[in-house]
Amino acid sequence: MLKRKRDKEVSITSGEQAIMNKETEGLSQSQIVRSRFVRHKGAMTSVFVLSFLVLAVFSALETKIGPIRIPGWWKFRYDELLDLRTEGCPSGVVGCPTLDVVPSFIDGTGVGLGRHPFGQDDIGHDYFAMTMRGAQRSLYVASVIGLLGGTIGIIVGAISGYFRGWVDSVLMRFTDFIITIPTIIIGSVVGFHFGNLGVGFLAFYLGLFAWTGLSRLVRGEFLKLRELEFVDAARVAGASDRRIIFKHILPNAVGVIIVSITLLMSGAILLETALSFLGFGVVAPDVSLGSLISQYQDSFTIRPWLFWWPGLLIITIALCINFIGDGLRDAFDPRQRRRLTKKDKERTKSQARIAAKND
Amino acid sequence: MIAYISRRLGVLFVILFGSSFILYNLAAISGDPLGELRLSREINAKQQILALTRDLQLNVPPPLRYFLWLRGVFGVFIGNPDFGLTRTSKPVIDEILVALPITIRLVFAATIIAIIVGISIGIITALRQYSRFDYAMTFISFLLFSLPIFWVAVLLKEYLAIQFNTFLGEPTISPQWLIGLSVASGVFWSAIISGTRKRVFMIFGGAFLANFALLSFMSVTGWFANPSLGPIVLGILSVGVAFGVTHLSTGISNKAALKSSLTMAAFTVVAYYPVQWLFERDAKTLIYPLIIIVSVAFAVFVSLRFSKIDRGPIIRTSVLSIFIMGFLVVIDKLMQTWKPYMESDAVYFRPIPTIGQVNALLEPGNFWMTLLDALVHMFLPTLALLLISFAGYVRFSRGTLLEVLNQDYIRTARAKGLTERTVIMRHAFRNTMIPIATIMVVDFASIIGGAIITERIFGWLGMGTLFYAAINSFDLNLLMGVFLLTGFLAVSANLIADLLYSALDPRIRAGAGGK
Repeated sequence: MLKRKRDKEVSITSGEQAIMNKETEGLSQSQIVRSRFVRHKGAMTSVFVLSFLVLAVFSALETKIGPIRIPGWWKFRYDELLDLRTEGCPSGVVGCPTLDVVPSFIDGTGVGLGRHPFGQDDIGHDYFAMTMRGAQRSLYVASVIGLLGGTIGIIVGAISGYFRGWVDSVLMRFTDFIITIPTIIIGSVVGFHFGNLGVGFLAFYLGLFAWTGLSRLVRGEFLKLRELEFVDAARVAGASDRRIIFKHILPNAVGVIIVSITLLMSGAILLETALSFLGFGVVAPDVSLGSLISQYQDSFTIRPWLFWWPGLLIITIALCINFIGDGLRDAFDPRQRRRLTKKDKERTKSQARIAAKND
Repeated sequence: MIAYISRRLGVLFVILFGSSFILYNLAAISGDPLGELRLSREINAKQQILALTRDLQLNVPPPLRYFLWLRGVFGVFIGNPDFGLTRTSKPVIDEILVALPITIRLVFAATIIAIIVGISIGIITALRQYSRFDYAMTFISFLLFSLPIFWVAVLLKEYLAIQFNTFLGEPTISPQWLIGLSVASGVFWSAIISGTRKRVFMIFGGAFLANFALLSFMSVTGWFANPSLGPIVLGILSVGVAFGVTHLSTGISNKAALKSSLTMAAFTVVAYYPVQWLFERDAKTLIYPLIIIVSVAFAVFVSLRFSKIDRGPIIRTSVLSIFIMGFLVVIDKLMQTWKPYMESDAVYFRPIPTIGQVNALLEPGNFWMTLLDALVHMFLPTLALLLISFAGYVRFSRGTLLEVLNQDYIRTARAKGLTERTVIMRHAFRNTMIPIATIMVVDFASIIGGAIITERIFGWLGMGTLFYAAINSFDLNLLMGVFLLTGFLAVSANLIADLLYSALDPRIRAGAGGK
């Protein structure tokens, strides 16, 4: 009984291998990665959701690039003072949301956004505009940290793993040194002093300290790859160190790098919100998702919408980035084995049958 | 090896020196500790400024003041450390010694539970790769990864404290909840134990009915108002524990192990009333270690009686069993304490607090009451921390186990005909634990200083609160004290993790790469 089960397993594994080989025949690395990524349902859904969110969030409010003003599609600005809505709200509550998703045949009113879909804050700001503004800030911080932290991490890790020796020791001890200073301390010390210089500065500063994990990973990858034959071949052909690092080794380490940058970015979103929550991040009059939650955490019982919307946005953004990272990891991992669908299994079986007949 | 360790220690101190110097100066330029006093219109403001300047040596520029501070810290080596004074003229070391145990209590429980639950679920998902349970857990862990802790905390306060308290005050389960919980349990069990479609439906139905019957019985008999296990349920659970532990540890086919852990179950039931009597007497805490020693000795004795050969695993099995059973007895005692606790004036039917670490109104003296009080206060913050950190362990142990299962030695183990249990528990699980063990060390160290947000939300006065206060009031000495401790723990945890790795995994040699 047991033996039979094993036999079946072995045949499935070899069949799987056959499918994998067939699939990757004559394709370049990037084509393989792309096709694997597209197959990851969670990651693809996340790509669509995230792109939609980014577009919606950034086009909602008026954007100023120097003298040019691009009007947003939403009618209010985030810092615009409006009349507080009281009609239609439960007694004692002001600024309740007008978003209505229950169709008219149930409660008599139609589906619609209304004037303030997410409600209003204490003094009349439109909460939808504030949430959009907060999401803009959070996304902005995440991308700056991802870009800056990613660049520094790759450069430090690559140099340290490629040259080894004393360069490696110095750089890795420097990394240890940065790791010892917890990011939250940096954020709070810096935020406390420079918080009012704006969100760009905060993101820049956090990015300067966020590269440590990535640089260790890249270093490990470089230590492994530099021993391989293709590097020797490049060196014999007379390639310079810079060329070997950037043209030969780096493209081979790109999987690890991209995955950990996505994780870095989702971590950055949470870090920014945590700092703003503690009051060290984005400060009034500017808003971020974290500062909105922090401001209204006590109003949860009476005005829960002030708490739910920014939170749901944070979670959606972070979740999407995490899923995209997972999809990329699977796509770049050469050992990754895809779950076989029923059709695949049947195909292998029939192939095996044909092969058995031919024997 | 010694050369390697001493070199690493040397580097460790250099790093700590550098980062503390940077941090000191960063913090010093981040604000003026006298700012508030300068604006104050109190009459003695001027004197306060003078006093503070004298106490904290504020007239010395920060880079130099750092070395004054460092001189005090170096007193550690001559047995007379001086970490300076806080703004309120208390020694920093005293403040930290008060806050540290509170934080440890908070993060210790959360981390331990996160490790146990996370690793178990991670292993199940790896063994059932690509099953529905695997997909569901992947989604849940990603969701937990993406949750801001303060957001979770507010939700927990609302639903698990305010509304749950209302339920506990009048504990009858409404039919909607009854059905909902039963469906959830059915889904859970049928997802874990996979199989053919028919079997899945059977398991779902079974779990649904069992859960439904149990909950309605508990609800009707008012069990939630006055919970306890009692000797009968305790006996049944102990027999279950005996079978479960034996199955995982040596396999049910090992009769000696099964017999000795079943004897442990019988022993637990027999000892139930005497132990209750001891608990009632509320003896000094000396009695509890004694109970543990006696039971472990008894477990070893029984396993030696039952086994002739291969005694180690059998002793391990029965000691593990008696520990879990003893834990059940403790839970039973805590459940019995529940009713008096609820009815006491300090609690008055609102048992789960949203804030604070102890109930100051509770009369001291009763060991079990105090323990229960501490546990209820830990409930929400621990749950919040747990939810955040457990996802990491799930993902990590799943990934590691999958990697291990692809190794050649696993195929060898299967090929030579070992049972699946032996392959998983002895060959795969142990090798999975090597990287996890090193992660755990680092986690414990980093979490000591890292629970700032949780502590703030739930009003715990631990290290995080201390740190937050230090930043807000520009209290340099306090900030540096907290940093020195957390930084030291973080760096040395990395060293310990490296050493542990090389001790556990013979393929890796610490210091071999150093040349």
